[in-house]
Amino acid sequence: MKSYIIKRLLQAIPILIGITLLTFMIMQLAPGNPMQTMINPRISPEELARAEQRLGLDKPLIVQYFNWLKEIFKGNLGYTVKTGQPVGKLIMERLPATLLLTGTAFILSFMIGIPLGVFSATHKYSPSDYVLTVFAFIGISIPSFFFGIALIYILGVKLSWLPTSGMATINMAGTEFELFMDRVKHLIMPAFVLALPQMATVMRFTRSSMIEVMTHDYIRTARSKGLSNRNVRFKHALRNAAIPVITIFGLSIPFLFGGAYITETIFNWPGMGQLGISAITSREYPVIMGLNLFTSVLVLAGNLIADILYAFVDPRIRYS
Amino acid sequence: MTIANMNSISHQPAVKEINQSFSAQAWRRFKKNKLALFGMGFIIFLVVVSIAAPLIAPYDPYKSISNEAGGLDIFAAPSQNFLLGTDSLGRDILSRIIYAGRISLSVGIISILISTSVGIFLGSLAGYFGKWVDSVIMRVVDVVYCFPVLFLIITVSTLLKPSIFNVMIIIGLVSWTNTARLVRGEILRVREYEFVQASRALGARDSAIIIQHIIPNILAPILVQATLQTAQAILTEASLSFLGVGVQQPIPSWGNMLYEAMSIMVLRFRPWVWAPPGLAILLTVLSINFVGDGLRDALDPKLKGKG
Repeated sequence: MKSYIIKRLLQAIPILIGITLLTFMIMQLAPGNPMQTMINPRISPEELARAEQRLGLDKPLIVQYFNWLKEIFKGNLGYTVKTGQPVGKLIMERLPATLLLTGTAFILSFMIGIPLGVFSATHKYSPSDYVLTVFAFIGISIPSFFFGIALIYILGVKLSWLPTSGMATINMAGTEFELFMDRVKHLIMPAFVLALPQMATVMRFTRSSMIEVMTHDYIRTARSKGLSNRNVRFKHALRNAAIPVITIFGLSIPFLFGGAYITETIFNWPGMGQLGISAITSREYPVIMGLNLFTSVLVLAGNLIADILYAFVDPRIRYS
Repeated sequence: MTIANMNSISHQPAVKEINQSFSAQAWRRFKKNKLALFGMGFIIFLVVVSIAAPLIAPYDPYKSISNEAGGLDIFAAPSQNFLLGTDSLGRDILSRIIYAGRISLSVGIISILISTSVGIFLGSLAGYFGKWVDSVIMRVVDVVYCFPVLFLIITVSTLLKPSIFNVMIIIGLVSWTNTARLVRGEILRVREYEFVQASRALGARDSAIIIQHIIPNILAPILVQATLQTAQAILTEASLSFLGVGVQQPIPSWGNMLYEAMSIMVLRFRPWVWAPPGLAILLTVLSINFVGDGLRDALDPKLKGKG
């Protein structure tokens, strides 16, 4: 198991290098020398000159790339063009809000997707299975901004059940419980919009996975042993059907870190996604590239964790 | 995962059916899938409408229509004159939706043509030649995979001039990874078949083997993949246009038409402005997904029950 982990870690290194290379190359497309933005604009002119020397702005690109890498490892992701704030700090400020949103969406998609998938599989070809299948297709076909806007229209505007933007009501006073519920009410719609395509995929996958597994021999063995239907379904079928589900878990990591941009913009959710979209609008290249880099590394890390989880659940993987 | 296939489990094929060609059998299976048939019907309808747009659309999608008084009918509700009402500049929404369909379809098709070609090319190289070619290509796939796709596309869109052409190319260049992986896997599988080894033994050139023997055998999963990716590409184009970095005004795109809903007045009081384009995207993508899923089941019944 340990050797597998080490092997995967080693495999991740060239990918990491590739990510930084690609980011650096895309940065060069921006006007001017992007390395300028790596210097804190609030320092004295002598320090500025020294910093420019250090970064080697006049040196060939290769040298600039390595200097840039050095800065990245020191935690310097550049400074914003307009206000000179450190990009890294900006991103970290926004990260918790996004994690809250994508984390909730993640949990929602599995909490609803898996039971529905199991239900679908065990009631195969019934009318409810058919309806659920169509819903699943709609879930992966509907554009998130349309679904979000439609939800806002129905639940927020027409029925006024839920608030339509932000994380919490400003200047709200009340008991702790009331404040908590207020936050929950703000969270439900965006989390659900984000979760929907994932939910649909999880549901379909669970369904087909369970259907396939149920035809396997060990199920027949369990049944002939006289185990109850429920026992058979949950202890044997579901556990083995869980393996592809972890695969989806891994596959959905890029989506969860990269799919929130539109949802956060529509719901005015103060996370990394909203930061990214506003940076696009105002052409804040340091922020844009910082976000690209940050998100890619997160995805890489997430995939690593998923692979290790995979090996944990399926003993056959550990020795491959 | 289709409901209708239940019939074929206990169905004894008649002699005539066994003797049908592969494509005829596949078509028969496809026909049984009601969802796929609906999807195909809608797509054909959409293609016809898109091609015939100048004949069908009641108004010019770029023109603001003056009424009898000489002024503009801004935000008119659906009426006999304007079946879907008008938008903020007095343009007929129905006409804009029809023309926007052309944009979405062409972006979808062309970007996927690009991505499938690149994917087949790189995937074949990786699968057929193996070793370090394979490693390098697969590492590139891994790197591209880690990037937040939508954000990356948005980033590159802003760095270049936002135009339909650039959108097609960018989507194509980012989506090839799944096809490449698929092609590589299929080639690894087919490579060991006897007819391939026989060809090699007879001294055929590598490129000839790939083109004449391997690719025809792996076309089916590639076709399914390409169909499903077309749906994804249309969604991506809509998202880009919605965010303002795809198709620019005044060219109508379902995505940039939906952007009007960001104004609270339009959202609350003028749903005819944003609901039709949204539904158009939904129905189109849904239909393509139905067809892709139906193709998957029809072209390889062994895959029934998986994913």
